[in-house]
Amino acid sequence: MEPETHIRVKNLNVYYGKDHVLRDVSINIPDKRVIVIIGPSGCGKTTLLRSFNRLVDTVDGVRVSGEVMVDEENIFDPHVELTHIRKKMGLLSQTPYPLPMSIYDNVAYGPRLHGIKDKKKLNSVVEHYLKIAGLWEEVKDKLHTPATQVSIGQQQRLCLARGLAVEPEIILADEPTSALDPKSSRHIEESFLRLKKDYTIIVVTHILRQARRLADYVIFLYCGELIEHGPARQVFESPREKMTREYIQGVIS
Amino acid sequence: MNIRVYKDKITARLMGVIAFLSCLILVLIIAGLYYRSRPVLELKPFLELLTSGSWHPLRQEFGFYPFIMGSLWVTGVAIIMAIPLCLLTSIYLSEYAPGYLREWIKPLIDLLAGIPSVIYGVWGVLVIVPLIKDTIAPRVGSFSSGYCVLSGGVVLGIMICPIIIHVSLEVFRAVPRELREASLSLGATRWQTIKQVVLRKARPGIMAAIVLGLSRAFGETMAVLMVVGNVPRAPGSLLDAAYPLPALIANNYGEMLSVPLYDSALMLACFILLLVVLLFNIVARIVLIRIERQM
Amino acid sequence: MDRRRIEENIFKGLMIVSTIALCLILVLIVAAITFKGLPSMRLSMITQTPKGGFYLGKEGGILNAILGSIYLAGGATILALFLALPVVLYLNLYARRNGSIVRLVRFCLDVLWGIPSIVYGAFGFTIMLFFGLRASLLGGIITVALLILPIMCRAMDEVFSMVPRGLLEASYAVGATRWETALKVVVRQGLPGMITAVLIAFGRGIGDAASVIFTAGFSDAVPNSLFRPAATLPLAIFFQLGTPFPQVQNRAYASAFILTMIILFISITTRIVSRKYTRHIIK
Ligand SMILES: Nc1ncnc2c1ncn2[C@@H]1O[C@H](COP(=O)(O)OP(=O)(O)OP(=O)(O)O)[C@@H](O)[C@H]1O
Ligand SMILES: [Mg+2]
Repeated sequence: MEPETHIRVKNLNVYYGKDHVLRDVSINIPDKRVIVIIGPSGCGKTTLLRSFNRLVDTVDGVRVSGEVMVDEENIFDPHVELTHIRKKMGLLSQTPYPLPMSIYDNVAYGPRLHGIKDKKKLNSVVEHYLKIAGLWEEVKDKLHTPATQVSIGQQQRLCLARGLAVEPEIILADEPTSALDPKSSRHIEESFLRLKKDYTIIVVTHILRQARRLADYVIFLYCGELIEHGPARQVFESPREKMTREYIQGVIS
Repeated sequence: MNIRVYKDKITARLMGVIAFLSCLILVLIIAGLYYRSRPVLELKPFLELLTSGSWHPLRQEFGFYPFIMGSLWVTGVAIIMAIPLCLLTSIYLSEYAPGYLREWIKPLIDLLAGIPSVIYGVWGVLVIVPLIKDTIAPRVGSFSSGYCVLSGGVVLGIMICPIIIHVSLEVFRAVPRELREASLSLGATRWQTIKQVVLRKARPGIMAAIVLGLSRAFGETMAVLMVVGNVPRAPGSLLDAAYPLPALIANNYGEMLSVPLYDSALMLACFILLLVVLLFNIVARIVLIRIERQM
Repeated sequence: MDRRRIEENIFKGLMIVSTIALCLILVLIVAAITFKGLPSMRLSMITQTPKGGFYLGKEGGILNAILGSIYLAGGATILALFLALPVVLYLNLYARRNGSIVRLVRFCLDVLWGIPSIVYGAFGFTIMLFFGLRASLLGGIITVALLILPIMCRAMDEVFSMVPRGLLEASYAVGATRWETALKVVVRQGLPGMITAVLIAFGRGIGDAASVIFTAGFSDAVPNSLFRPAATLPLAIFFQLGTPFPQVQNRAYASAFILTMIILFISITTRIVSRKYTRHIIK
């Protein structure tokens, strides 16, 4: 049975100037689990992730062809209303980038954009999502300090809370732990495992062990091409493609 | 010792000395102008010179108040005009304009920066002065020769745009792209992102850019001199003539040097100008260096 | 909900309008100067010096000012280059990278850059008094050299700091000293950028009036000695415009047209020589 899906990618090609970075990628992303995108450096993982909420073409000189359907809407259609598509997806970047405002305002930023003005409501939203991200206990006494003043691990969890606060269905995370210490990384990984029953979480990583720990479903990219995808167990235990096997065994990187 | 190495040592020393000397220029300028303005400072306390309105060199009365007010009026008009123009343009260029357009417009703005001030002055005399005299002044029901605060401010406002835009663009460039993306990915529109994230992050740098523009305006001489009318009385309205400090210096230095203390008073005007500009520049540069280091 | 779209579009409209306005102002300035100046252009303007009664509307041209400006800006540029080159080489090759000395020198240069030209003029005049010089070509050259020194330094600094580290290391690795590296690698590598810096400084020098008003003086003769006063183009414009005679004023416009064309020519040449090193053109 075909699993339910929010994101369908059809014949996606991305060019940076003359560089052909994604070649004819087609895939249906399954729902409500952790999907891990693996592949060697520069193979287009970030690019693929950024096409899901159409951040790719905010960069000058990028050309895209093909379709990315999010809930049956092609987001590369010029007439599409981007803000509500982006709202469906939270983004967690490689290094945390808290917005230049207080911790509270960071989390409240999204809800405010989408029309929540009521002070009480905002308070409870902020508290709720900080709790989900496992940060509430650590910051509840300094909600109004600038967000850049907490540790980098806490910043990353703050960014997670900020993303969750717009009630997305999908979380996009691009090597979310690569800038963090082991303890903070574990925090993030644990939150993912907790959250996956409610959200679809798409994680880019090049740490294979992390991929094994997290993944329910694996996508393997190589030089811009989609080589293999499937349930984690199958890809890791008995990959269909020779290249996948070699990458997993560390022969190619 | 090897002659090559020896040569290297000597040039190193020499270059270090020249680099040091070039910094010394700054100190020399300050010291020189202070030294030359001492005679008039000994005559009367500094504050009294600043606040006194009577300018009668022959009677040895040197009140800088009208000139300081002239400078403030003209600079004020210039900055009020330049801020919206520059902010809008630099936001457009950095956040909305496609790359090729930006690469086309930036050189044009650099070209604007390269035009000599005397040309701006001529242009002011040709276009702005008649415009104010024949169109704007009658419309508001008053009379003006056209040589007034407003003309000076308008010309100056245009002149300082390139520097403000140039610095602002660098400041916007220093705002990490990821910050914009974080905001966009929460469903903000571009404009919301600019208002609430980019501008907030860029605020100190934008302030610095404006302060640099301000100090540019404060010290600009030729263009202003040609269009403000040069009447040594504190202006009371935009359509009054003014006599900013730089114009005072340029118009009078070299003449009437036989009048005792006159040249010292002009040097004091120069010194005041220098202090203000130094203060503005130092503050702005410190802010900008901080930003650059964060990048 | 669509209010934010409307707001964004209004502001975007304003932004486009103000960008166009700024570009248009450039066009308007050049157009106004051309429109007023061209009709009074005569060949004699650029081939003759002022004859008797020139400022009353009689015969002559402004060759004295054109040549004076070129000599003055040229001399100042050469002088500034001799000072700027060691400073910039020191910053990029000799001093410790990003050490406090380098930071201090760059900071001073930035502050010097912001000092208005009238202050340089007054300072130059003070120096001249100190050395017993009268208003002369030499005085103007020294003053303008001081004025354009920071501009040139910052522009060349940017060029030299873009010379790849690897290139320097390669040169050191074959046993070259820093001085040899400076001459053979850095200067050669940065040549187009240096030309740009020189052109920018020259353009600034030729157009500046406030710094030469009491240092270079004014003279109706083509300058033939460093110790005589020399006319400059901006001052010629200023003086002619200040006369009450329409013909003379018209010639001021023609002179302004000449100066504008010279500046445009320099700016455009600068752009063509190098499209890469533009960050510090006005910074
Ligand atoms: N802004 C850009 N301009 C030009 N080329 C780019 C840009 N961003 C990425 N690329 C190129 O696109 C290709 C794919 O980049 P991408 O960032 O998607 O790879 P990645 O798989 O995420 O790599 P990594 O594991 O190092 O993060 C790379 O070859 C890269 O050089
Ligand atoms: Mg990546």
